[in-house]
Amino acid sequence: MLEVQNLSMRFGGLLAVDEVSLDVQEHEIVSIIGPNGAGKTTVFNCMSGFYKPTGGKILFEGKEVQGKPDYKISRLGMVRTFQHVRLFSQMTVVENLLVAQHRHLNTNLISGLLKTPNYREREQKSLDRAAYWLDRVGLLDLANREAGNLAYGQQRRLEIARCMVTEPKLLMLDEPAAGLNPAETKELNQLIVSLKEDYNVSVVLIEHDMSLVMDISDRINVINQGRPLASGTPEEIRQNDDVIKAYLGEA
Amino acid sequence: MAANNFRHALFCAIITLIISYPIIGFNLEAQGIDVTLTGADASTIVMVLLAAVIVFLFQMFREQIMGGLKSLPHPLPQSSKEPMAENRRAKIESWVLTGIVVLALFWPFFVSRGAVDLATLVLIYIMLALGLNVVVGLAGLLDLGYVAFYAVGAYTFALLSQYVGISFWLALPIGALLAALFGLVLGFPVLRLRGDYLAIVTLGFGEIIRILLNNWTTLTGGPNGIGGIPDPTLFGMEFGRRVKEEGNTSFHETFGIAYSGEHKVIFLYLIALVLAVFTALVIRRFMRMPVGRAWEALREDEIAARSLGLSRTAVKLSAFTIGAFFAGFAGTVFASKQGFISPESFVFLESAIILAIVVLGGMGSQIGVVLAAIAVTILPELAREFSEYRMLIFGAAMVLMMVWRPQGLMPMRRIHIELKRQE
Repeated sequence: MLEVQNLSMRFGGLLAVDEVSLDVQEHEIVSIIGPNGAGKTTVFNCMSGFYKPTGGKILFEGKEVQGKPDYKISRLGMVRTFQHVRLFSQMTVVENLLVAQHRHLNTNLISGLLKTPNYREREQKSLDRAAYWLDRVGLLDLANREAGNLAYGQQRRLEIARCMVTEPKLLMLDEPAAGLNPAETKELNQLIVSLKEDYNVSVVLIEHDMSLVMDISDRINVINQGRPLASGTPEEIRQNDDVIKAYLGEA
Repeated sequence: MAANNFRHALFCAIITLIISYPIIGFNLEAQGIDVTLTGADASTIVMVLLAAVIVFLFQMFREQIMGGLKSLPHPLPQSSKEPMAENRRAKIESWVLTGIVVLALFWPFFVSRGAVDLATLVLIYIMLALGLNVVVGLAGLLDLGYVAFYAVGAYTFALLSQYVGISFWLALPIGALLAALFGLVLGFPVLRLRGDYLAIVTLGFGEIIRILLNNWTTLTGGPNGIGGIPDPTLFGMEFGRRVKEEGNTSFHETFGIAYSGEHKVIFLYLIALVLAVFTALVIRRFMRMPVGRAWEALREDEIAARSLGLSRTAVKLSAFTIGAFFAGFAGTVFASKQGFISPESFVFLESAIILAIVVLGGMGSQIGVVLAAIAVTILPELAREFSEYRMLIFGAAMVLMMVWRPQGLMPMRRIHIELKRQE
């Protein structure tokens, strides 16, 4: 469903991403790994429309999306999380989820002022969906807390829930396990797998936690210094000499 | 520690002397055609010295004094109580607010004409501040040229009444819509800007409008302003002693009561009250609607908002447009109240005062903004005797607020949303 072909991103004299290609099939978890500064997040930023790539193509469900504005890409069903959690921290937990459903709501000002039946119905639906996902990530009891007051692990889960209420087809997670303890990482592991199994969402994952990556990925792409290094199943990657060299240094 | 304290206290005392002696001590007096500078008399000098000593002592023993204040029992014993249940609190709040509005409806019939006039001005400022609250408090876009939209509303009514002879009731929506259009037009170029840059551009826009009004003499009369703006009518009844327009009747004749100038003042007050309540209710609804949440989301984290499919353009423009719309409302009422407007009324200081109201009241909080609008408009009127020191008092109030309540008089409260548990 997603195909990235020869993606390049140049910042002045720096070629941050050089001819990277990857593809994601439906019902699949694909990981991007690589040492720090390899250009993984830059690839994400190009895919989600924050950067306009300087070369290559990005096809989502057969349509070219490279260079489209970020909010349009998100409306197509490609939604991302961030390396550093980005919540609306002064808004409550449930409001965070309502904002995410903006495009599902009746945003007509007049019908909102008059509380037309259609407006109410959609508002109620979005509240129900918010409640469902809060329950799913275990935050229902904290629904009216300010998002900024949640513990870090809870904020991470809220960010994923906030993506899921938009009903995405492809979820892009940027280091979702960063800063989590082993128990929380395990829960996250189960959550991501269930997103794929129960909600039929494809996932692209950037992660440094190798146990998580090896556990849940269907395929892995390795990037080193902006260039693709290897790709394959977890088993193949584990035994790839180039990858071992890049991670451990040459002996 | 003690030496440090002493030096700091001495410094503060000297600063007090340096500032207060020239301000209070020197007087310019006219003697014939000359102006002479006279020094202060003995008692003033003693007062200045006394003030310096008080500052010195306070700074010297600051910790002891503040510590002593803290150990006093809290003046509001309720503040340590558990907060009320959310829905009960909301219910009480709405009853109290309804009560205040009903009181405000009957209040003008029992007070002097001057008080009603002042109250009308307060209501105009409430409308302005509530509108700016959308832009600054909710959407987080610092707008220093808000007074431009106010001017657009006022001049729309003035010009249309002068050239086309339009009535207040028709001018009200036209003025507001035209102001909203200006908000939209200003919104486009400033979409990419934020923070300081946005403030500068909006400041420039405010000045452009004022200078345009000042110099386009053929249309606006320039600095001479526009006079003879008609008063609002009530179903074709005029409030003047004599009927000015064909087909209208006069209010006092229709009801068979003696003519009184107060009728018009009270009528204007009631119009302003209705419009202010309308403004507050509409914006309150907006805050709970998707558009209101989108404003706040964009203020909190623009990148995250965009990643969730919110269009920055649409959200920012809607905030600008809606804020400007209500400024246009206020402008039309203002023009009608004054009967005469000139660019003089729409200087930058007005923008600054409206912004100060929003900040003092608490960004995003409607009740806070209303309270601050009342305080900022009425206090200078009450303190007429100290009018020379008005700005000084205003500044001191600002500093004290920032020290004790930086979040504003009544910080914004989030609305509690009930979630039904999934079965």
